[in-house]
Amino acid sequence: MRDGGSADRGKAWGWLAGLGLLCAALIALPHLLSYSQQEIAVFLVINVLLVVSYRLLTLTGEWSLGHVVIMGVGGYASALFTKALGVPVPLAMLLGAASAAATAFVLAFPLFRMKGFYFLIGSFAAGEVIRLLWKRFRVPFGGPKGLKLIPSFPDLEIGALTIDFFEPVNYYYLCLLVVSISVFILYRLERSRIGLTFHAVHWQDSLAESVGVSTWRYRTLAFVIASFFAGLSGALLAHYIGTVNPNRFDVGEMVFVLIWAIVGGTATIYGPILGVVVLTIINEVVLRQLGFDQMRPLFYGAILIASILFLPQGLESLVGKAREAWAGRGGGAGPEDQRFGAQ
Amino acid sequence: MLELLLQTSVNAIYAASYMALIAVGFVLIFGVMGVINFAHGELYMSGAYAVVYVYAENQLPFFLAVAAGLVFVGLLGLLMEWALFRPLRDNPLGGLIASIGFLLILQTLAVLGFGVRMEHIPPPTREMLNVFGIEGVVLSVQRLYVIVATVLLLGALWVFLRRSKFGVALRACAQDAEAAALQGISMNQAARIAMCIGAALAGIAGALTAPLVRTYPFMGHSVIVTAFIIIIVGGIGSLEGAVVAAVLYAMVHTFVTTFIDGVIADIVGLLLMLLVLVIRPTGLFGIKDRA
Repeated sequence: MRDGGSADRGKAWGWLAGLGLLCAALIALPHLLSYSQQEIAVFLVINVLLVVSYRLLTLTGEWSLGHVVIMGVGGYASALFTKALGVPVPLAMLLGAASAAATAFVLAFPLFRMKGFYFLIGSFAAGEVIRLLWKRFRVPFGGPKGLKLIPSFPDLEIGALTIDFFEPVNYYYLCLLVVSISVFILYRLERSRIGLTFHAVHWQDSLAESVGVSTWRYRTLAFVIASFFAGLSGALLAHYIGTVNPNRFDVGEMVFVLIWAIVGGTATIYGPILGVVVLTIINEVVLRQLGFDQMRPLFYGAILIASILFLPQGLESLVGKAREAWAGRGGGAGPEDQRFGAQ
Repeated sequence: MLELLLQTSVNAIYAASYMALIAVGFVLIFGVMGVINFAHGELYMSGAYAVVYVYAENQLPFFLAVAAGLVFVGLLGLLMEWALFRPLRDNPLGGLIASIGFLLILQTLAVLGFGVRMEHIPPPTREMLNVFGIEGVVLSVQRLYVIVATVLLLGALWVFLRRSKFGVALRACAQDAEAAALQGISMNQAARIAMCIGAALAGIAGALTAPLVRTYPFMGHSVIVTAFIIIIVGGIGSLEGAVVAAVLYAMVHTFVTTFIDGVIADIVGLLLMLLVLVIRPTGLFGIKDRA
């Protein structure tokens, strides 16, 4: 801001150009991939929404172990809305996300009596209870085998053109659109007054309370919004693979979300995205190509340990450093002052 | 009906024993180092695989295999302390994350070494005892080993913590690490001892129960859930609380499993934990808030 108008405008053009390039790359991407890699790309885009929504919750300082189960609530609810009530798929997806948010709202009453470690354990217990209920009750949740034959996203007909969302490429674009909008909303939210309050609740909760901020209310709000988008990602997943079951949303899956967030870093919105993208590429492309199929979890574990030991601020800190080095060479101001909480 | 009640109680005592072994180690590690060791279930699994390797595959005596499990998993504990938890002491979530990484490594090594199939280990003894002299109420000698070992080990641990100099130092670290350091107690040494004992307890629990349960690389998952429930109900950092909670939880879980079904029993256990978290987050015996 202090560099004056022209530099500011230059920066804005730079951002716009970057964004344009990114969009072009994302749109071109599936055409460079094989069929099975296109499917991986679909899951990757869905996981981006999952982990970015997870980060919103961590803004208030709470780390949940129930986020993947909440994703599952979205998937199960959306599937049931279409199967049992005949709701059209796009509407059911939104209803599924809303169900996840409603579940989170109810859970907030017991869970936000806890903080820190207790919240971690409490969210785990609450998630496991939900998951075991799916497993136990064949009606309506289908028991251990879960729900099958979930209707897929309906074909879209524009004039003579029919878009079949059963094709990974087309579903990839659909997910990309939904996830981009969601991430944009989450980004704007963080920059808003509400988002700033989330930060205050994390770093200065007694101070925030003393100036009249209800920390309980803001923690709940973050939890409910995060759960809405997690539920949406679950619904996107359910109508793509056509089946949901309790094991798909167990703590093993949750561990992956935790890994993406930690390896990427959670100080910025691109941190977790970096984490999930880089680790998915390493896991699905590099390790698969090298033929280490059975050994992949071992590498994953080793990467996790190495990153927590040697890169505790996450991959995003590398981006910050790279930018600093770049700015240092160009003589301009570093971008650090624009980072959150810096003012 | 009386017979069924008595039999279920006997089963519950067995369940309480191995749960207590696991949970006490878990609490000890958390109490002294402030780390949630997510890999605790995999330490238990490692103890079971020590028995698979030494006893089932190499035909060596069962108790030698159990001792091997104890030592091997104790060493794993030392490795974790040195490589993971010590460098991450100032990072509260770091230890948890690193232990998740270690868990994945241990699971993969088990898969590579032994395959994903379930191992059925023939128990060293198939003898059954009649409890209370009643025909229908039985306890296998293999289960009796677990109960006796638990009583002996936890008794020894209790004496160690109360009477020995190390034990007092350990408890001092659990109460207040900084004050303990000011008194000249080495935090590194306390952490080493706690981690070694805690891991070894999980290892011996795995080794002793290996012939009684199905051994497979992912068996640790249900164990960690149980450990969570027990330490929350008993109170974080309280060893006595862990033992009482293990007995309580084993009773509830075994009776609900027998009279309703296993999944409902799991749900009841988790709800019990949530209830304690909401009403009395310090647990039944907890005094201090460590989180």
